[in-house]
This record gives sequence, structure tokens and C-alpha cells, in this order.
Amino acid sequence: MKYVDEYRDPQLAQQIAAEITEVSAGRRLKLMEVCGGHTHTIYKHGIEDLLPRTIDLVHGPGCPVCVLPMGRIDDAIAIAETDGVIFTTFGDMMRVPGSRGSLLDARARGADIRFVYSPLDALKLARQNPDKQVVFFAIGFETTAPSTAVTLLRAQAEAISNFSVFCNHVAVIPAIKAILDSPDLQLDGFIGPGHVSMVIGLQPYEFIARDHHKPVVIAGFEPLDIIQSVAMIVRQIVAAQPAVENQYGRVVRPEGNRKALEAMARTMELRPFFEWRGLGFINDSALKLRADFAPWDAELRFDVPGLRIDDPKACQCGEVLRGAIKPWECGVFGTACTPETPIGTCMVSSEGACAAYFNYGRFSMASERIELT
Amino acid sequence: MCLGIPGQIIEIVDAANQIAKVEVSGVKRNINIALVQAEGIAPGDWVLIHVGFAMSKIDEQEAAETLALLHQMGEAFADEMEMLQRSQIE
Ligand code: SF4
Repeated sequence: MKYVDEYRDPQLAQQIAAEITEVSAGRRLKLMEVCGGHTHTIYKHGIEDLLPRTIDLVHGPGCPVCVLPMGRIDDAIAIAETDGVIFTTFGDMMRVPGSRGSLLDARARGADIRFVYSPLDALKLARQNPDKQVVFFAIGFETTAPSTAVTLLRAQAEAISNFSVFCNHVAVIPAIKAILDSPDLQLDGFIGPGHVSMVIGLQPYEFIARDHHKPVVIAGFEPLDIIQSVAMIVRQIVAAQPAVENQYGRVVRPEGNRKALEAMARTMELRPFFEWRGLGFINDSALKLRADFAPWDAELRFDVPGLRIDDPKACQCGEVLRGAIKPWECGVFGTACTPETPIGTCMVSSEGACAAYFNYGRFSMASERIELT
Repeated sequence: MCLGIPGQIIEIVDAANQIAKVEVSGVKRNINIALVQAEGIAPGDWVLIHVGFAMSKIDEQEAAETLALLHQMGEAFADEMEMLQRSQIE
């Protein structure tokens, strides 16, 4: 337990862990943390070492970089390589491989691709370069979708016509539904995403407790938050009273952020279907721009191939993202696939499960854990 | 991108466009506060920032704890701060 002294309150962490061991009383439980930020914290701080061996934390699909399929990367590159385009993206996306290499490779071939911190930075580039088409590669769950929405409203208000958005925002609830319906995974509860919930609130999770009888605890990002959330889930399971609880009340209001939801509703609507890496096509699981925002929709403005591309044969990201295997069980993990030479997306983002295992060297420890299949 | 960074509001720069200046670990940058205005934002307040937008008002203790956690993350946080530093929201 060498990492425990990094905790804000090591003693409390130990105490809660002991309580979890006592209350769970040897039950074998599989809990999924949906959010990539949680995966990062869990491996950085060795939380699995602190929990009883009978509790298995399964990583979910909550890393937006990881779930984007190859075909969308190819589409992004096609837009970026169009004459007169300045293509803007968050840094995380640069190294994600498509079928013809990554955005980084496209930049080396001469495309004008730039990092931005915010969609508003992309909008500013559009104001500064009226003779260029500036495209923003929008990715992320409900945490970042409202930012894209407000930026679009601003582009509309200022009638900026050389700005457009390549929209790849995804919604967390349909992904959880797909996981609940997947037969190869029997989960006992969910550690819910903190920052997505800050936007959508608690109500959208209620069906999980009501119809699927599984606990959901919305958690913060400190190691202590996660341990506390596991304790709350275990208590619910033992009491057989599944509910949606909010451990992260410091940030998450039960009703969410109404302004953010409004901005999203004004600018975006659900796509009938969207492909997720590893989960396949999921109905109503992603957002596209509404018809009123067609002038700012990069998918309409540019020729995108729009093809479905199979993942490389060696890649098992799909199984990792569904929680069906652990990262170190992928045949190329740590050998052909490393953060420097990623084959799959889960190795690219620091929130991807493979990168988290790789960076914190915990795979050897994890391989000794009891298999709970 | 998914890291929420706590920042303290220093001044409201442009009320019409809902832009405020914040300080994050000594770095001063503009962010958009349209999504938290309903919570009544004033200089001195702490907010959680995602991709240049304040997404939630938080208290000072929460801000301090989140910052401490982010500092422990090392490279990921350094990258995020570098991007913030280059940001030119107006
Ligand atoms: S090791 Fe690489 S290819 Fe295998 S699942 Fe992880 S990211 Fe995908």
C-alpha cells in the first residue's frame, strides 16, 4: 500500500477500505467506472490495492478519445487535407491512428493542423483568417458539448461564415444502456461520471436503479472520492436498495446545469446512430448539428469519406472499452502497442485504460489478481 | 480536455459576451462564463473550467483540493496548463 500516503487523508482511506471489506463480506462484485478520469485516478493511486480482492473495478467507455472509431479519424484527416482549411483539435486527438495514419502524420504531409485549448480559440482563428476555412474537431461527452454549443451560438450571432464544427460529441447514457444490454458483462454497479453529471444531473441515471436494479454513485476524482463511492455502492448492494446517489455534491447539482443543456438543445440533436469503438453502432448515442446550424456543419461543408473502417486485427480496444478484458490481456499491450506507438486509442489518451496501466506499471500487480469471470 | 481545472475569477472582462478573466496556478486567462451566470459569478469566486468554459461554481476548499490532485497528475496537468496558457479567448 505504498501509494496510500499520497491521499488527502490516508487514515480515512484505510478506514473506509476496511469498512468495504467488512460490509461486502467476501461478495464478488464487479463495478464499472464509466469515466476515463476515474480510471486514471484508480491506477495512479493504486486503489485496487486498497480494496478487497473480491471487488473488481471494470473500466468503461468514458474516454471520448478512446471511443472514436477509425472512420471518423479518416474523415477528420480528409477535412484537414482540404485546400484552404485550418483544422483545429485538442492535443489528445493528434496521435489517434486512422487507417491512413494520424492527424500528426497528416500535419507532417503538409496539412495546417493546430492545437487549441478551447473551441473559442478556433473561433478566434476564424476571425483572424477570413480567407481560410477554420474547422473545429469537436469531441467529448456532455462535459464539452455545451462549450461547442455556446461557440456555435456565438458564430451564428457574429455571422462568422468561415468557421465550422466537425461534431463527434457522444452521450453517456446510451453507452451505459448498451453495456447493460451486453451479455458478456454482468455488472453489479456503476461509479458514475462526475463531470458529465455536472451537466446532465442525476435524473438520467434513474432507469439503471429502477429497471436494472443496479446502484449508481456519481463520484468525484480524488482517490478518497472513489473509495467512498465504492463503499456507498457496496452498502446499497448489501441492503438490496439500488438507487442513484451523489457522492460529488460539491460540484454536481441534482438538476445539472440547465444553461448548458439549453445551449446543447438549441444547437444539436441526436444522431439516429453512431459507431463507437468496441461497442459498435448505438442508436441515438451521439450529437450532430441541428438543421439551423447547417452553415456551420463541417460534415455538410466538406467531402468526408464517411466510411466504416475495421480496427487493426491486433487491436483489442473494443474488448477493453466494454470491460470484457483488462488492458494487459491484449496481445500487443506494452510490446507493439505503447503510448509512443499506439495501435489502439486506449493507449493514446492519458485517460485511456491501456495508457493508465502502462504509465503506472500496475499490470504486473493486476495480472496476479483473482479472475472474477 | 476532460480535466476540470479550478480557477479564481479576477474580473468580468466583457459582460455582454460573458467573458471573465481567471487565475489558474498563477496563469491569467480569459474564459467564458455563460454557463454559470445563473449562479451569480463575481470576482473572488472559484469555478471549475473545462475547455475554456466555467462549468460549475465551487468553493475554495474544493478548488484547493482539486488543484493539489491535478499537480500530482504531473504531465497531463502540465500539458493542459500549457494549452491554457496559449489560449486567447476574447
Ligand atoms: S494495448 Fe493497444 S491495441 Fe491493445 S487494447 Fe490497448 S490500446 Fe488497444
